[in-house]
Amino acid sequence: MNAESELVQLTVSYPPYTRSHESIERIMYTVLIALLPAVGTSVYFFGPRALWLTLVTTASCIGFEFLSNKLRKRDLTCFDGSAAITGVLLALNLPSNLPYWMAVVGALVAIIISKELFGGLGYNIFNPALVARVFLLISFPSQMTSWPQPLSVDVVTGASPLGIIKSDGVAALGTIDFWALFAGNMRGSLGETSALAILLGAALLWSRNCISLRIPLSFIGTTVAFTWIFYLIDPSVYAPPLLHLLSGGLMLGAFFMATDMVTSPLAARGQIVFGIGCGLLTALIRLFGGYPEGVSFAILIMNAVVPLIDRWDLRSRSRYREAA
Amino acid sequence: MAFKKSTFKMGGIHPPDNKLTRDAPLEVMPLPALLVVPLNQHIGKPAKAVVSVGDQVKRGQLIGTADGFVSANVHAPTSGKIKLIGRAVHPSGQYAEAITIEPDGADEWEAGLNQVCNWRDLSCEEIRKRIQDAGVVGMGGAGFPTHVKLSPPSNKKIDTVILNGAECEPFLTSDYRLMLEKSEEVVRGLEIVASLFNPTPRVIVGIEANKKNALKSIGKAALHKQIELVELDTKYPQGGEKQLITALTGRVIADGQLPFDVGCLVQNVATCFAIDESVSKLRPLTERATTFSGFELKNRKNLWVRLGTRIVDVMEFCGGLTRKINQLIVGGPMMGRAQFSFDIPVTKTTSGVLFIDNTELDSFKDRPCIRCGRCVEVCPQGELPWLLVDKAMRQHADQLPSYGYSRCMECGSCSFVCPAKREIVHWIKYAKAVNARIAAREKAKMETVGKEPKA
Repeated sequence: MNAESELVQLTVSYPPYTRSHESIERIMYTVLIALLPAVGTSVYFFGPRALWLTLVTTASCIGFEFLSNKLRKRDLTCFDGSAAITGVLLALNLPSNLPYWMAVVGALVAIIISKELFGGLGYNIFNPALVARVFLLISFPSQMTSWPQPLSVDVVTGASPLGIIKSDGVAALGTIDFWALFAGNMRGSLGETSALAILLGAALLWSRNCISLRIPLSFIGTTVAFTWIFYLIDPSVYAPPLLHLLSGGLMLGAFFMATDMVTSPLAARGQIVFGIGCGLLTALIRLFGGYPEGVSFAILIMNAVVPLIDRWDLRSRSRYREAA
Repeated sequence: MAFKKSTFKMGGIHPPDNKLTRDAPLEVMPLPALLVVPLNQHIGKPAKAVVSVGDQVKRGQLIGTADGFVSANVHAPTSGKIKLIGRAVHPSGQYAEAITIEPDGADEWEAGLNQVCNWRDLSCEEIRKRIQDAGVVGMGGAGFPTHVKLSPPSNKKIDTVILNGAECEPFLTSDYRLMLEKSEEVVRGLEIVASLFNPTPRVIVGIEANKKNALKSIGKAALHKQIELVELDTKYPQGGEKQLITALTGRVIADGQLPFDVGCLVQNVATCFAIDESVSKLRPLTERATTFSGFELKNRKNLWVRLGTRIVDVMEFCGGLTRKINQLIVGGPMMGRAQFSFDIPVTKTTSGVLFIDNTELDSFKDRPCIRCGRCVEVCPQGELPWLLVDKAMRQHADQLPSYGYSRCMECGSCSFVCPAKREIVHWIKYAKAVNARIAAREKAKMETVGKEPKA
């Protein structure tokens, strides 16, 4: 008998015995890195206040998750990166001059109510950052809809381009500088402003296989197509599709919020249906709804429909495999 | 040479292929001091021992006879004395009946065996008989008796015979070496299989693109024969029976169907070699080519091993281990089985034995599913693995069948990619076991109900 073999303790486990290097942390921190350009441009346009706000929401999200982990006597999940993403995304949804305490309340709603009460990471039905944004929007409407002027020293606030359209019509905007919109030089929340920064981050996510482009493209495509139809019908009442594309939270929502793995459908067909639904609702709310901005409502409504979409997808899959 | 290219479409992964023994020629492993030959090296009923302790046997002599049609004969791998008949460790992870033989070193063939003949002189019945007598089974891992596979129900017409040269599992190279070194024999085995069906079926050989040399050597052996050669993409699980059939013929096997339902018959490389040995050389299955690999093995080799050779002896022959390992795997790293003992023998289905240090497995913890959808993306069967796990964990056994557990072939692609390191395959296996138990209980209940009126 080989003496060596007696020394070796063999572990019996289930196959496969080789695994990829992918992990939850790796995905989450990739998303965080992809959000950095957006955070950077918001600091450029709105000054250090934007950075402090981001840090406050991120820290309080991690803190609330830590508390919840301790109360529920679970393994610590507060550092897996998902709470940090919620924090950063929440900050990107807020105006830079929002009082800090309101931001902390937002973090509480995001982590405790919309994530941990549903069972923590993987079990939440709605995107936590969006739930918090909508909560704040309904609770503090005036603070949440007066946006500071970018690159200004004085605290001048006003409505976002979409807000102006909603209240005063397209004509009130005057001539539109689309390059400024693309770069992010307009009034809006931290992350709503720069389409360029968001596209940079999205490119990183896509190259790292953290998102598929099915949801963002069908989302944006539907919104643009829908608003385009109405622009062609009457350009004096409806804003051009490019304005809808570059203003508001469409870019941020489509690339970073609708693609949240936990709250979006799993498979290709479902994702496209989800994206089209989001895009349609966004356009409907923007054109005919009471609020100037519809991305967050659209995504939240579609989040609720995800189980149905997945179920439909599963059914049609099994039909495909039935014997002829 | 350019070859037709093809691949299966749905899902698939690219694990690191780690074919460390690619360039190691097949070597003959010297006879060990002891051979432990299990009586069940196949799917179906175990063979029944027909020798008793103390008997002298010759190589190729029948020591276990097939118990019924779905079973396979077992032969003495060498000449020697029967030392023991009893329970021994088995690669399935349990104990099973085995015959222990002490080789006498002469390695004499049983009279009447090991005679070269021309298979074209034999009738189909004779060929089938020879394959059945030789105890040939599917040597890729499943171990389904080959004679059963070669006798499909009369209403099923086989029009395509496929040689599975994909060998998509990482580490394993035994089929690759066979295709390089025994290409004539492998192709002849394939021809023998094809000759059993009328009208003459289409014969296709599928080989993965990372085995260009095998493509060439099989191409050379198959020259001027009615054999099509197809280069398959290097993608796991290209060698899965259903994937291979879809890749090569475009046919899809639906729920509950078997390959012969779509007119296909798939044979593994090692099986084709064994078929040729049994038919044209009259040699029962007593040895096979096996890869012994893993980063922690000193000399990694492709070996001709006698069935029943214990891993511990091979390990010694390969120079032992360089580092401490914690897993011994029979088969490939994706679909193999972890062993608890080094005393397990090489059987008809052992295509590879891996010695690996997998201590990082201990640090994996089942995290909640984040619904990233990667398992769905990679599932070659188009299943929703996350949902199967969910149902299995919640014990919703009554709902299980409708979610298609039976379609899962446990290729492990989902577990491989899962970022939450969930044991997806384990849970699916568990659910299958639960379902089988429920089905058995239902059946038993039905039977007792049926008997009551008589009593």
